[in-house]
Amino acid sequence: MSANHSPLAQFDVKKLVPIEVAGYDLSFTNASMFMVIAVLCVSLFMSLGMRQRALVPGRFQSMVEMVYSFIANMISENAGKEGLKFFPIIFSLFIFVLFCNLLGMVPYSFTVTSHIIVTFAFAAFVFVGVTCVGFWKHGLHFLHFFVPQGLPGGIGGLVLKVFMVIIEFFSYLARPVSLSIRLAANMMAGHTLMKIMASFVGVGLVGVFPFAFLLIFTGFEIFVACLQAYIFALLCSVYLNDALHMH
Amino acid sequence: MDAESLKLFGKYLGAGITTIGMLGAAIGVGLIFSAALNGIARNPGAEGKIKGFALLGMALAEFMGLLAFVIAILILYVVN
Repeated sequence: MSANHSPLAQFDVKKLVPIEVAGYDLSFTNASMFMVIAVLCVSLFMSLGMRQRALVPGRFQSMVEMVYSFIANMISENAGKEGLKFFPIIFSLFIFVLFCNLLGMVPYSFTVTSHIIVTFAFAAFVFVGVTCVGFWKHGLHFLHFFVPQGLPGGIGGLVLKVFMVIIEFFSYLARPVSLSIRLAANMMAGHTLMKIMASFVGVGLVGVFPFAFLLIFTGFEIFVACLQAYIFALLCSVYLNDALHMH
Repeated sequence: MDAESLKLFGKYLGAGITTIGMLGAAIGVGLIFSAALNGIARNPGAEGKIKGFALLGMALAEFMGLLAFVIAILILYVVN
């Protein structure tokens, strides 16, 4: 097998239009191209769907409204009524991740969300934003978030408290890492498995079995693409809930 | 065996061993969904709520398995 047919070759970032500004590589790559395509698809989906603004929605409009109310319900369930203030950002993240995941399912396309740096940018953005919301809402009282409630008093309780604060602090810091790696590794693992299975199809008559598996697995991957976008948005609203309502 | 191929041997062996990490994630995800199914069977009215928590728990349990994948990629492509 040549290097071109490695199962990881599909994640190569290729420069389409090389641009260099002051020593920084700002090239327009295939990753940027698929982000632009995703944004165009989202804009088309939303604006064409809501073009008629009918009181009784048609098929297309009800699709858009379903996505909208799905996320709105999820936020109000997980972060309360106050969380709805942050609906635009969570909805944008959800729909962008969803369209990037689904565009990645088109054969020969590029999955933007399979790169940890892309998802980490989203996650770091959410992390910094949520921390700012926590401090803005509670002031320095937000630091109490790291102190667990209901520990026993005395010297033993104090020692326990110190350890718990350290553990809570690091688990808080691990949030953007887990949020980004979950999405990227899920996408990457699924696409790698599909490519490996696809390379087994060409072995002759027995290739029917990997082909059948591939058929089922493609459906499963589309499900995973939607599920991961949902989980990303869900965890964002759970983190938001922590910042808004503390314990 | 020279040093270069010994290194390659160790790399591939290590990357292969990391797949054991998936065992824990598989057990965890299985436990979550079996508990969720039990809950829904006992109280079908609570299906919506249980589903949300099951998916959240699945995401958290699955992440531990995905770390094994990340370590395998690190061993294969980053470690020299």
